Amino acid sequence: MPLRHPGRWVATAVLLVLAAMLVHDMVTNPRFNWGVIRSNIFSSPVLHGVVNTLEVTAISMLVGVLLGVLLAVMRLSPNPVMSGAAWLYIWFFRGTPVYIQLLFWFVISALQPTISLGIPFGPQFVHLSANTLVTPLVAAVLGLGLNEGAYYAEIVRAGILSVDHGQFEAAQSLGMRRVTLMRRIVLPQAMRVIVPPTGNEVNNMLKTSSLCVVVAFPELMYVSTNAAARTYLPIPFYIMACCWYLVMTTLLTVGQYYVERYYARGSSYALPPTPVQRLRRNLTTLRRIPFTTNAAGEP
Amino acid sequence: MADAMVRAEAVHKRYGLLEVLKGITLEVAPSEVMCLLGPSGSGKSTFLRCVNHLEKINSGRLYVDGELVGYEERGGRLHELHEREVCRRRTEIGMVFQRFNLFPHMTAFENVAAAPMLVKKEPRTEVLRRAQTLLERVGLSTKVDAYPNQLSGGQQQRVAIARALAMQPKLMLFDEPTSALDPELVGEVLDVMRALAEEGMTMIVVTHEIGFAREVGDTLVFMDEGVVVESGAPREVIANPQHERTKAFLSKVL
Repeated sequence: MPLRHPGRWVATAVLLVLAAMLVHDMVTNPRFNWGVIRSNIFSSPVLHGVVNTLEVTAISMLVGVLLGVLLAVMRLSPNPVMSGAAWLYIWFFRGTPVYIQLLFWFVISALQPTISLGIPFGPQFVHLSANTLVTPLVAAVLGLGLNEGAYYAEIVRAGILSVDHGQFEAAQSLGMRRVTLMRRIVLPQAMRVIVPPTGNEVNNMLKTSSLCVVVAFPELMYVSTNAAARTYLPIPFYIMACCWYLVMTTLLTVGQYYVERYYARGSSYALPPTPVQRLRRNLTTLRRIPFTTNAAGEP
Repeated sequence: MADAMVRAEAVHKRYGLLEVLKGITLEVAPSEVMCLLGPSGSGKSTFLRCVNHLEKINSGRLYVDGELVGYEERGGRLHELHEREVCRRRTEIGMVFQRFNLFPHMTAFENVAAAPMLVKKEPRTEVLRRAQTLLERVGLSTKVDAYPNQLSGGQQQRVAIARALAMQPKLMLFDEPTSALDPELVGEVLDVMRALAEEGMTMIVVTHEIGFAREVGDTLVFMDEGVVVESGAPREVIANPQHERTKAFLSKVL
């Protein structure tokens, strides 16, 4: 007799009841306004909002990653000015709320109406108006990207520190200089440690981009909030926004799976097949069954 | 005297208060194979790492092929060398580590070809041909596309030797190259090293393989507590050690 698991049946029953209650409410409660969601979820302003969300996430993440790698290498530099500057940057941008940082970039023109480049206290060469330079997109990217750089620097630093010291020595003994050593030997190996938290960061960034409401950048949350205010129907529009965020984060998870596999090369004897490979294999087996085997699975 | 490949004059090395090398003086002639023997903590690995400036020496003079290691003498004072120059000199010295330290994200072939292309910027076709030849020479022509973790310890160490040779060094340093290997894999690595010695490569080998030292070595240096206790022709030192410390050590490893 196999071991019985009564606890599993109890848990299943409890969860089924709870799920049924939820479904019942979702079906019978008219205030969900499913019709509003259905007619708006693929409407042009919402789709534009989705595209804008992806755009600001991608650019901010790119800024964050580049800045993070730079800061991490600076932090580990033997040059005390470099490591000190990186420390100060990380201290400031991790120590203040990203919400305030975003607001700050939005109102930068109040502090600095014109942005001038030149010698401090001396002649200035370039004058730019902050209002034309810092558009909502630029403010959003500055706010999110500069903040992300500080966090990402610590992730990259952890990755670099995870690489065996023998790798540094082997590369040095071959005459590699610090830049080559970092770029060709250390960072590719650090990636294995860096990629999983990077997936986390992109996921976070995607959702944190909803704070761009405060800089008037028309991403998904801005569009949804506006529609909610216009129609006095906040619930369906917020649910709609959540649906889109879920779709986007799910796609990201799939992408992360494949990136992790790429950087796992050389780390295990054979990688397990991807879901797609497994599906394809199953399909080919299925197709073969009717011709080669009978119902009992025997040839 | 100036034609020695490696010349050490009263080399001292300290970590904080701990003095690891207490005045090492020795010479390695071109094409000579010098075996460094001694208990752990005697400073033999540290000395090897000083030779290619992975460690800075605190005092004394250390020359490789007539050039000071890591420093330049101008107007009677020593000036620390710029990273660029330190790295250029390192390209002329190959090093093989106890733990192989192959680059795990690269295949055997890429491990061998990486440094000549990235550091010396040699033409691609030339490097590829040489990498192929070197892997054949260490008996791994069938493993070119294998990643390090798909290779046995002995195979990894042979790739590591090929990787060091790809830079066409004039001096090879071996830091306990067989200590991390299963006993039955030791032979294949020693065979490669023996062949290299016969081709006239200058080598400094830190090892516990007395047999190798006796058969391949031209000189044997016994170190203990940061000093050279005794040195000479391997057969003589092994058969007839002069110092008590050497006798005690050899009686345990033989």
